[in-house]
Amino acid sequence: MEMNRPRYSLAIMIISLTVFSFLIENMANDYILAIVCFTGINIVLAVSLNLTNGFTGLFSLGHPAFMAVGGYITALLTFPAEKKPLFLPDFPQWLDSFHLPFFPALLVGGCGAAFVAFLVGISVLRLKGHYLAVATMGFIIIIQVLLNNADTITRGPLGLNGLEDFTNTYWVSGWVIVTVYICWKIKFSSLGRSMLAVREDEMAANALGVNLFSTRSFALIVGAFFAGIAGGLWGHLITALTPGSFSLLMSFNIIVMVVVGGTGSITGSVLAAIIFTLTIECFRPLEENFGIYGVGEIVMALFLVLVLIFKPSGIFGTEEPDFVMGKHKP
Amino acid sequence: MDSGYIAQQLVNGLILGSMYALVAIGFSMIYGIVRLINFAHGDIVMIGAFATLAFIETVGLPFPLVALCVFLTCCGVGIVIERVSFRPMRGAPQVTGFIASLGISIMLQNIGILTLSAQPRNFSFPGYMQTILHLGSVSFRIIDLVIFLTAIVLMVTLVLLVKKTKLGIAMRATAENIDVARLMGININHTIMATFAIGSGLAGIAGLMWGGKFGQIDPLMGYVPGLKSFVAAVIGGVGSIPGAILGGFILGLAEVLFVGLLPPIYSSYRDAFVFGTLIVILIILPNGLLGKDLEDRA
Amino acid sequence: MLTVENIDVHRGKTHVLHQIDLHVGHGEIIALIGANGAGKTTTLKTISGLLRPTKGKILYTPEAGKAPIDISTMAPEQIVGAGISQCPEGRGVFAQLSVKENLLVGAYLRSDKEIEKDIQSVYEMFPILGERSTQAAGKLSGGQQMMLALGRSLMSQPKLLILDEPSLGLAPLIIETIFAMLQKINSQGVTILIVEQNAVMALDLSHRAYVLETGRVALSGLSSDLASNPQIQKSYLGVE
Ligand SMILES: Nc1ncnc2c1ncn2[C@@H]1O[C@H](COP(=O)(O)OP(=O)(O)OP(=O)(O)O)[C@@H](O)[C@H]1O
Ligand SMILES: [Mg+2]
Repeated sequence: MEMNRPRYSLAIMIISLTVFSFLIENMANDYILAIVCFTGINIVLAVSLNLTNGFTGLFSLGHPAFMAVGGYITALLTFPAEKKPLFLPDFPQWLDSFHLPFFPALLVGGCGAAFVAFLVGISVLRLKGHYLAVATMGFIIIIQVLLNNADTITRGPLGLNGLEDFTNTYWVSGWVIVTVYICWKIKFSSLGRSMLAVREDEMAANALGVNLFSTRSFALIVGAFFAGIAGGLWGHLITALTPGSFSLLMSFNIIVMVVVGGTGSITGSVLAAIIFTLTIECFRPLEENFGIYGVGEIVMALFLVLVLIFKPSGIFGTEEPDFVMGKHKP
Repeated sequence: MDSGYIAQQLVNGLILGSMYALVAIGFSMIYGIVRLINFAHGDIVMIGAFATLAFIETVGLPFPLVALCVFLTCCGVGIVIERVSFRPMRGAPQVTGFIASLGISIMLQNIGILTLSAQPRNFSFPGYMQTILHLGSVSFRIIDLVIFLTAIVLMVTLVLLVKKTKLGIAMRATAENIDVARLMGININHTIMATFAIGSGLAGIAGLMWGGKFGQIDPLMGYVPGLKSFVAAVIGGVGSIPGAILGGFILGLAEVLFVGLLPPIYSSYRDAFVFGTLIVILIILPNGLLGKDLEDRA
Repeated sequence: MLTVENIDVHRGKTHVLHQIDLHVGHGEIIALIGANGAGKTTTLKTISGLLRPTKGKILYTPEAGKAPIDISTMAPEQIVGAGISQCPEGRGVFAQLSVKENLLVGAYLRSDKEIEKDIQSVYEMFPILGERSTQAAGKLSGGQQMMLALGRSLMSQPKLLILDEPSLGLAPLIIETIFAMLQKINSQGVTILIVEQNAVMALDLSHRAYVLETGRVALSGLSSDLASNPQIQKSYLGVE
């Protein structure tokens, strides 16, 4: 009987994450918990951006914008009614009646982000390569401006704070599993193969009857859905959202994880997200103690440039390594 | 709203536009020759501004010499960046260079924060530069006039250089077909290096101007002029120097008029307007106003 | 003058050329013929330094009797400087540069006073180029572009002129003009290495020829012998 290694890997991941979440929720202090949650959220972000960028050869920088959409929607849907008069005195009344628990609010946030991605896709997906990258970068700035100006519901540059701290390691682990599982399924489905075909050679893929536009839109929309979820988790982890957080820098951080891990490799994104979050967290106390702000970013940027020069396909390329797949690749 | 007000806005737009144009030229030249969207180009503006501060305050050089030193410093920075990071990536997919330039941009900004702190610094030119001149109903400071005239002189010089000199012809030949340029005996490493040097030097001068006009500089200041000049370059047609100049002025004017002529509540949408324009132009007019059809962008 | 010794060339992961040997003597016209994808352009690009052989040497002797130099590790601009000029496949004129600027680029490595005079002699050779000297080269017809490309290659005063399919896409009359010009250039002492699909004309023009098949030299010899070789007649000359 042939072993189905990926399925075992998935099972091992689910069990160990559950045990890990349980242990850590009960034993670790808040600081460690926060780092664990950040790591998980970054995994969701990196894996989902990898779906958008890695599988189809699109190059979107727009992830933070989708996070912002998801984050704000989730936060507004869960915002405690009793705090509204204080924080949001001008909040439109008709929106008051929409109030949801965390989980459905997250889903709505994710769908909101996906819907925005759909609209964005219609307009910019015809652009190629770095032009698409630049257009999506412009989109980040446009979303920031809109959030800054819609102050009756977003409090503008001040941002929303006083959000409930719903996010914990259970939620995060759950979403990590869902994200990895779905992206994995997509990668190894016939759709995933057509995505990779688009990435390798657009013209050939077109000739084989792969619909470029809808394949790319799909990749963008699914990626945006998870970015929206990550935005909701993020907001309810740090209990605040400001337009300024969803910046190009954030986009850059996610890009680094995807590129270093290998554009197209899910395992690569997961590992890179873990390593980078922990590295940045290690640098933070160092920066604060010695007053050397910016070192973390410099190290990350340097690492990125070195990878691009010496191993442009990233650590794992588009592959999933043997320790996940087993010897027999599907 | 009288004609004097509009004239004043037009003058403001021209001054802003001349700075955008200087940065956009470098963007466009670099794109034209190696098809690289160099996101770090805006940060050269920041380096130019800090270099200005250093040459004025610590070395105490007279003004025209400061400008020359700033130009040369930024030429050097451009050369180093090209040599250590973009040259090893030559031939890789275009997106690779773009991501790398994003990395270099973040690196430069944070090296700035690390060594100079994130605090904005005051930046003052000698008092006579601040004198206000009146021309009919339009008023501007001497510094504004200096900015505008310097920009024009630099642009004319550059256009002549690219049009008439051997280096300029080689740059255009390399931009058009790198392999054939090599077959003609052009050392493309030198031509590309010269392009980075000139483009970066102009961006450095724009940094000097930016500091002089707005009076404050900080390590993240290059972000906005960098992005906007890119938009300007796209409007004019990336790769075309006259296009970059035209795009710079159009963007400067459009931005100032957008803020100056529309009701004030719209002015905070200024950046959304700029980038909305970028996306629309990329989609409907991918070669910009004066760009040549170098390759397909959409 | 030029001896290609046992070179192997890879492009990406493909092994394109296998142990190619070629010899070009001073004053000769050598033709290189072969089917599409045989590796002709790859051979020429390797000689000019755009591609690097993974094995073998390329020895070049600018003047008879001098010691040969190995150009296989030299940069393209050094190779041009040593007197080898290549007129690339598809002509490769700089479409946005004027006709005159194209010629100036051809003389890029020169700094002598004769450049202007040489431009005039190109105009004499092809008067249409003189008439259009300020026009963008992209506006010229295919035949005129070929004339420009040839003139541009001559501007570097080559000792060895390499041409990659000069007849590509041109009308027979123009091809004849170009080939007559090549004959004349050769008679003035310039050695020529020419790649051609048009084997009839190439064998007619050249003294000797090499036949390339899938990256290997399949045959070589005097052009007149090859022209009467039944195998060649069948595969390349369209004789049944
Ligand atoms: N840029 C490239 N990358 C990888 N392989 C290439 C590249 N260019 C050419 N090849 C391969 O090298 C082989 C030889 O190509 P080459 O262009 O030298 O042939 P050619 O004889 O000049 O053909 P033609 O008559 O069509 O010009 C071909 O099999 C081709 O597929
Ligand atoms: Mg060929």
